[in-house]
Amino acid sequence: MTRLFAALAIMMSAVAAQAEDVTTYTLDNGMEVVVIEDNRAPVVVHMLWYKVGSADEPEGVSGIAHFLEHLMFKGTNELASGEFSSVVAANGGSDNAFTSYDYTAYFQRVAADRLELMMQMESNRMNNLVLTPEEVESERGVILEERNQRTENSANALAREQFRAALFQNHRYGVPIIGWKHEMEQLDLQDAQDFYDLYYAPNNAILIVAGDVQPDEVLALAEQYYGVIPAEDQLPVRERPQEPPQRAERRITYVDARVSQPYLVRSYLAPERDPGAQTEAAALVYLAELLGGSPFTSALGQALQFDTQTAIYTNASYSASWLDDATFSFAVVPADGVTLSEAEEAMDEVISAFMEGEIDPARMESIRTQLRASEVYALDNVQGLAQRYGAALTQSLTVADVQAWPDILQSVTEEDIKAVAAKVFNRDQAVTGWVVSDQEEAR
Amino acid sequence: MRRILIALCLTIVATTARADIDIKEVTSPGGINAWVVEEPEIPFVALELRFQGGPVLDLPGKRGATNLMVGLLEEGSGDMSAQEFQAKLEELAASISFRATDDTISVSARFLTENKEDVVALLRQALVEPRFDQEALDRVRAQVISGIASDAKSPNTIASDTFSAAAYGDHPYGSAIEGTIESVGNLTQDDMRDAHRNALVRDRLYVAVVGDTTAETVGGLLDDLLGDLPQDGPPLPENITYDMAGGITVVDFDTPQSVALFGHGGMKRDDEDFFAAVIVNRVLGAGGFESRLMTEVREKRGLTYGISSFLVPRFHAEVMLGRVASSNETIAEAIEVTRSEWARMAEDGITAEELEVAKTYMTGEYPLRFDGNAEIAKIMVGMQMIGLTPEYVTNRNDFVEAVTLEDANRVAAELLQPENLHFVVVGKPVGLENTPSE
Repeated sequence: MTRLFAALAIMMSAVAAQAEDVTTYTLDNGMEVVVIEDNRAPVVVHMLWYKVGSADEPEGVSGIAHFLEHLMFKGTNELASGEFSSVVAANGGSDNAFTSYDYTAYFQRVAADRLELMMQMESNRMNNLVLTPEEVESERGVILEERNQRTENSANALAREQFRAALFQNHRYGVPIIGWKHEMEQLDLQDAQDFYDLYYAPNNAILIVAGDVQPDEVLALAEQYYGVIPAEDQLPVRERPQEPPQRAERRITYVDARVSQPYLVRSYLAPERDPGAQTEAAALVYLAELLGGSPFTSALGQALQFDTQTAIYTNASYSASWLDDATFSFAVVPADGVTLSEAEEAMDEVISAFMEGEIDPARMESIRTQLRASEVYALDNVQGLAQRYGAALTQSLTVADVQAWPDILQSVTEEDIKAVAAKVFNRDQAVTGWVVSDQEEAR
Repeated sequence: MRRILIALCLTIVATTARADIDIKEVTSPGGINAWVVEEPEIPFVALELRFQGGPVLDLPGKRGATNLMVGLLEEGSGDMSAQEFQAKLEELAASISFRATDDTISVSARFLTENKEDVVALLRQALVEPRFDQEALDRVRAQVISGIASDAKSPNTIASDTFSAAAYGDHPYGSAIEGTIESVGNLTQDDMRDAHRNALVRDRLYVAVVGDTTAETVGGLLDDLLGDLPQDGPPLPENITYDMAGGITVVDFDTPQSVALFGHGGMKRDDEDFFAAVIVNRVLGAGGFESRLMTEVREKRGLTYGISSFLVPRFHAEVMLGRVASSNETIAEAIEVTRSEWARMAEDGITAEELEVAKTYMTGEYPLRFDGNAEIAKIMVGMQMIGLTPEYVTNRNDFVEAVTLEDANRVAAELLQPENLHFVVVGKPVGLENTPSE
């Protein structure tokens, strides 16, 4: 057992001693427990994160991780179908779950004195789910309608799906989390059961409890409810198919009559945060801010939206948290009368100019200050903190990595940024996509 | 000049949680009222302003003016250009957002305690001395017009615009606050100045401050921030009664899943039966997985990912609405089930058990809402706008508990009018025709 006080070493005068209060444990069966204390309100967030997501799915059953997440709200040996959520609601709480490429998580937000009940129910459904063919059948209708709502009804979402499929040549990050429709239609009870039996186990889970709790009391409850569940000895080593060296630029045009405004996107493969090696990722956070963070102060915004009025919207984005490869993306919506070719050329000029020019020290200082302040603001959102730890720990990072991250962000230099930019901006490992309503606009 | 400081120590008592929220009512030396909660633990402050009116004050032929004006507040003020203003805000690591919704303009600010004076000065400049430069007007106008074009191809927005137009006609509620491509295209700098003068007035202002500050110092801060705004503006529009006939309006749109928005008249927020209506609505369609509509349309039949109903008591009209999306092939069945659940509840009401479950949830969930400085500030301006007092935070759960099964079922019978439900369906729905036919 270790007790760690996250020292964020925030250097602002007024915020010296601010940090979240974190304690970690590991149960005998391998389950990790993270407790984040915040006693400002008598509320607790109980989250169970499984180290399995859509990118861990076997081929041919895309969407099964997410489908199982839905089915987890059906019955168990002790709970009737739907009873889990009913009990949470009857206790004045709310519950939900989410599936990503790298993790699946279940959470409840409830009065702090109801924590034990949440643990009792959540630990029960780790091993005792009871699925019926009828429920699987009707829930498959639900996920297909979810896909309709999120993806089929949205030209932008369909375009994003195509981009990722083109960007990843071998990794399952190229397959949508919700699944390809034709494979979703075939998902059955056995697919869900197999996935559940293999991956839902204490040695593949992380418990995060955040809020008005005492760490030793949380540990005692965790041992009582989760500690008695045997570890899964068949749990596979988490090694997923990786990208080969990418050797050719890809360009795609997505045409959909529902597109109201043509736009372009470019996504590059990029490094992610890795255990003990987060510097490149930290530098990419700055790179995204400098190039396309705010339309008013970023390089793209200033050049395309202010100086030349080539675009009505520009953006650069980078999300650092992935188990495998991250992506670095640009988006440009051209102004009326500007073609996509012209907009893309203007975008590439900005990127070239950035690579050749100096980085303004005042901009660096401004971004540093904002990142520092964001740590202060983050303390006001205990669920956000819980999420931060849950995502990181399911993506191979450690508590120490999470706590080192703010300092690493503060120490990024201009040289770090230029170096990682030179590495990432390689068109052979990128997809450029145009989204248009008809071929006429694709010029 | 007098400073009034009323300190109310309020405790929310619920069956499952207690939250202590100490709301202090403050009147500044200059006469601006505000609710303040001191939360010194984290060194930052959340400030929330609401101006009632907003886009409903658009002048004839100028639809979209208030929305565009609000978009321009961050685009240059005093002697600063848009870029200078934002660069300064970023240096201070503060965020300020301006937003127009149907009846209001919201201003949300978040800043570190140590930067309080600088951020308040910047916000004052944006609110009191916006420049409305032609260059910024043209640039932001292009963004708004792009959004309008995009809305015209969004099934959800098509549904709400169609419903609103049919329900409210020429009243401001009958059209989108963004305006049309034509109306926005014609807006001038003078229109921006008019909209600004009419909307940002102290008589319709509500203020909440939460965080690392004290009630004693807030008054001076608010006078600096808001003291130079005009006292009053033009009158608000008349109320309008919802009286659309029941039926179905199909809007043809080539997309695989149909989206339906439906509803009928609702209940005013100050109606003494409002909490009974909230409970009825929760059991029907606002209770997440627990609601009857979710159970019947999603859980049992797998016809949708989500269906919900909601009470919408606006300032000038009140409606009860619902939303569901289902494949073109199954939307007709989803609508049929919805109608029959609506009718079943109007006729038979809810059960004693459903009433208890709804009450337990509502009273338990209420204190959990107060979980962050910005959230508390938003709740407090919302309460002020609908005329509640700080004591409501303590009493609200009693209002919920006081609803009897008789109340709930009387209200269910009055509120739910299955024959008056009008469905606007956007998509290629199979087996649905316009009714009454034109």
